[in-house]
Amino acid sequence: MEELLARWQRKPDALIEILHAAQQCFGWLDRPLLGMIAQELDLPPSLVFGVASFYHAFRLKPRGHQTCTVCTGTSCHLQGGSRLLHELEQHLGIRSGTTTEDGSLTLEQVRCLGACGMAPLVRIEHEGGGTSFHAGMNRDQVVKLLQNAIRGTHSKGVPLSPVAIYGDIHKRIVLENCTGTAPAAGLYCALERAVLQMTPEEVCRQITESGLRGRGGAGYPTGRKWEMVRTARGKRKFVVANGDEGDPGAFMDRTLMENDPDRVLEGMAIAGYAVGAASGFVYVRGEYPLAAQRLRDAISRAEKSRRLGRNLFGTGFSFNVRVRIGAGAFVCGEETALMASIMGRRGQPVIRPPYPAQKGLWGNSTLINNVETFGSIAAIISRGSEQLRVLGTTDSYGTKIFSLSGDVARVGVIEVPLGTTVRELLDLAGGVTGGGFKAAQTGGASGGCIPAEHMDLPIDYESLRDIGTIMGSGGLVVLNDTRCMVDVARFFMRFCSDESCGKCTPCRAGTSQAVRILDRICGGCGSEGDLQQLEELCLLMQETSLCGLGLAAPTPVLSTLRWYRHEYLAHIRQGSCPAGVCSREAMG
Amino acid sequence: MKRIHLTINGLAVTGKAGQTILQVAQQHGIIIPTLCNFPGLAPAASCRICIVEVAGYPRPVPACATAAEQGMEICTDSERIRKARRMIVELLLAERNHTCPVCVMDGACELQTLAKLLGIDHVRYGFISPQMTLDISQARFGIDHNRCILCRRCVRVCDEVEGAHTWDVSGRGATSRIISDLAEPWGDSGTCTDCGKCVQSCPTGALFEKGPKKAGKGTPCLERIVEWRGRKNK
Repeated sequence: MEELLARWQRKPDALIEILHAAQQCFGWLDRPLLGMIAQELDLPPSLVFGVASFYHAFRLKPRGHQTCTVCTGTSCHLQGGSRLLHELEQHLGIRSGTTTEDGSLTLEQVRCLGACGMAPLVRIEHEGGGTSFHAGMNRDQVVKLLQNAIRGTHSKGVPLSPVAIYGDIHKRIVLENCTGTAPAAGLYCALERAVLQMTPEEVCRQITESGLRGRGGAGYPTGRKWEMVRTARGKRKFVVANGDEGDPGAFMDRTLMENDPDRVLEGMAIAGYAVGAASGFVYVRGEYPLAAQRLRDAISRAEKSRRLGRNLFGTGFSFNVRVRIGAGAFVCGEETALMASIMGRRGQPVIRPPYPAQKGLWGNSTLINNVETFGSIAAIISRGSEQLRVLGTTDSYGTKIFSLSGDVARVGVIEVPLGTTVRELLDLAGGVTGGGFKAAQTGGASGGCIPAEHMDLPIDYESLRDIGTIMGSGGLVVLNDTRCMVDVARFFMRFCSDESCGKCTPCRAGTSQAVRILDRICGGCGSEGDLQQLEELCLLMQETSLCGLGLAAPTPVLSTLRWYRHEYLAHIRQGSCPAGVCSREAMG
Repeated sequence: MKRIHLTINGLAVTGKAGQTILQVAQQHGIIIPTLCNFPGLAPAASCRICIVEVAGYPRPVPACATAAEQGMEICTDSERIRKARRMIVELLLAERNHTCPVCVMDGACELQTLAKLLGIDHVRYGFISPQMTLDISQARFGIDHNRCILCRRCVRVCDEVEGAHTWDVSGRGATSRIISDLAEPWGDSGTCTDCGKCVQSCPTGALFEKGPKKAGKGTPCLERIVEWRGRKNK
C-alpha cells in the first residue's frame, strides 16, 4: 500500500487510480483501507467514501470466489440478457450486485462490454485472476458453467472477439490504418508536419475549414472549440480525449483505441500544439482494459521514438499524454463529469457556463473531444481540409464510424461518409436477421429510433435531429419486427435511472418515476393517464435537467412514442404486448 | 463595477456585472422560489426550482447559477415555469417520505412552504417511500434520511463555511444518500465539530436538533419520530 501511494506521489487528484490499484491488491475496499487512503491523501473521509461508492467498479463488499457478470447492453438485452440475469437471480436466490451466503458466487450486471456480436454475453471471473467470456448463453448453460467452476474445472470460454471492421477502405479516414496488417509507415507524420510547417493558428484554421464536427454526439464544430481554447487566457491548458464510451450498443471508440491508438494520440498532440497545451489525458472506459493497455503501450513507444514527450522535433514543443481509467459511470461521458472524474472526484456534472474551454481541469482552459474526433485530425492535417469536404453532406462533412449490432447479419464497425442511408448500411452489414426491418436505434440511451419509413434518410446531424433522434456516438442497433418498442424504451429509461448521478431532481426522481410508469405499461396494467403523465415527465426532464444525460434521457421514450404510439396503446388497452415480448417478461 | 440593464417580467431593472439572475431579482424585490440555493454557499443548481425563462435561450436556466447579462429578457413566472416547478416539487414529495404532520419541521419547512406556494394539494406520482434510516447517534443533532431532498446544503456548508467536510454524498441516482465520514454513525465522526451549521441550513426536517423545539410552536418531536418509525418498522 505504501508503495502504491508512493507511486502516485500521494496526489489527492489520483484518488480514483489509487482506489483502482488498491482494489486490485486487496480484492475490495473495506472501511479501514478507505480511511487510510483518506488520511494519506489528506482528503476528508466522506469524500473518499463518496467517490468509492459513486463508481460501480469499486467494490465496498467482498466478492465471492467466482463473479458472474451478465452483459445487459442493448444487443444482449434484445437477445435475452436481461431475462437471463433475472433467471439467474431466481435460481441463485440473490439479487444482482450481491454475493451468495456461502461466499462462493457474486452476480453482477454490466451495461455493455462492447462485444455485441456475442450476445448475450457472460463473463466469469475466478478468484486468482482467470477471466473467461461466454457467448450466446442461456440459464442452464451458465448454471452448468458455474457449477463446474465451483468444482474447480474452469471453462476457457471464447476470446472477446475482435470487432469486424468493414466498409469501403478508400472512404475511410479514421480507420484507414485498421486493416489488420502492421501499422502503416508514416506514423505521426501529420504531427511532424503541423509542428514543423504550420503555426497553431494555421492548424486551427485548417480544422475549421475542414468542417469537422464533434463525433461524440452533439456535433459541435471542432475548429470553433479549438479556437476558443487557443485564445483562452492562462498558462496551463489541457487536452482531453473522451474515450468513455458508455452508450449501450456502441463499440466504435473501443475499436479505434484498440486498433489504432497512435492515431488518437497523434490527434491529441496536434491539438496540444494548436491550442498551446503541454499535457493531455485519455479517459478510457473502465470496461475496456485492452484499449487502455494498448494506449499505454503506444504512448511508451511514441515516447521512445520521440514523437511524444519533451521538445518534439527540436521545436521546444512538449506534449505528454496520460491514460485515466474510468470506473463504471455512464455520466462520465459528459464533459464536466469527466473532468471531475479525472480530478479524482465524484463524476457529477456541473452547470455550464463556464465551459471547459473557459474553466476546465484544475480551473484551466481545457479542450475535450471524443477519441474519434481526434482520430480524424491526422488525415485533415496531412491531406488538407478539402479531403474531408469531398465526403459527406452539405452540413456534415467527412465520415462517421458506426457500430452495427442487434438483429443484423454482420455485427461490426463500419466507417462510411456522412449522408449514407440506413438501407445502405444494412446492405453492407448483410441485412436484417430474424424478421423484417422495424427500426434502427441510434445514439444509445440519449437517442431515438429511425423507423422503417425513414430508411432512405441520409444520416447526418441535422436530418436525424429532425426525426427526433441524434447521431450520438454512432451506436446503431437494428431492431427486427419481433421487437417491442415499449420494452426498448423501458430498457433505456432503466439504464438512465441506474446511471443518473443523482444531483438534479428532474433526472434523479424523474427517471425513477418514468421507470415505474413504463413498468406498469409493460406489465399490462397501465392507463392512458399514465401515458400522459409519462409524456409530461419526459418534457420536464428535457427542459430542466442539469446535464446532457438528463436532458437526453427521455429521448428514447419520446421517439418511440412518436413512431410507435400504437404499441403503447395496445399495451394499455388490450393489456398485452403486440410483439409478445412484455407478456413473457412481465415485470422482469 | 459595470452596471447592466435587463428586464425581469417586463420590469426594467439594473444590476452589477457578475451578479446572478437571482441576485438581481432579489434586489428588486422579485421573488424567485429556491430550494438548494443558500446565501453564502456556492450555487449547486441542482434542485431546478429557481428556473426562469430567458428570451432566446432554448431551455429554462437556473437563476441561482446563471449570470445576469446586459439586455436579458427574463420571465420568472410563466405558466410553463410554474408547471415545471410544480412537477419538480411533486417529484421530491413522492421520492422519499414527507409526512408533514409528524415532522419536526412542520410549519417551518421550506419544501412544505414551497408546495403551499405552488398550490400543490395532491401528488400525481406514486409514492416511492423507501425505508431509509434515522441516525440519532450524535449528541445534539439527528439526521432522518426519509426527509432528505439531496439539496446538499449541509454538504456545502460543512465544506465551504465550517471547513470540516464531514458530510458528502454516497452512491448515485435514486440511491444517493448523505453520509458522514466513511458512512459511519454521525456520533462516531472524527471530523464533525458539532457546530450545527448543517442543521441550520437544512431546508426540511432531515437534519434536526434533538430535544424540545426552543422557539415557536411545536412539541418535542424527536420522540414522536422515533415512536412513529418504530411502529412503521414492525
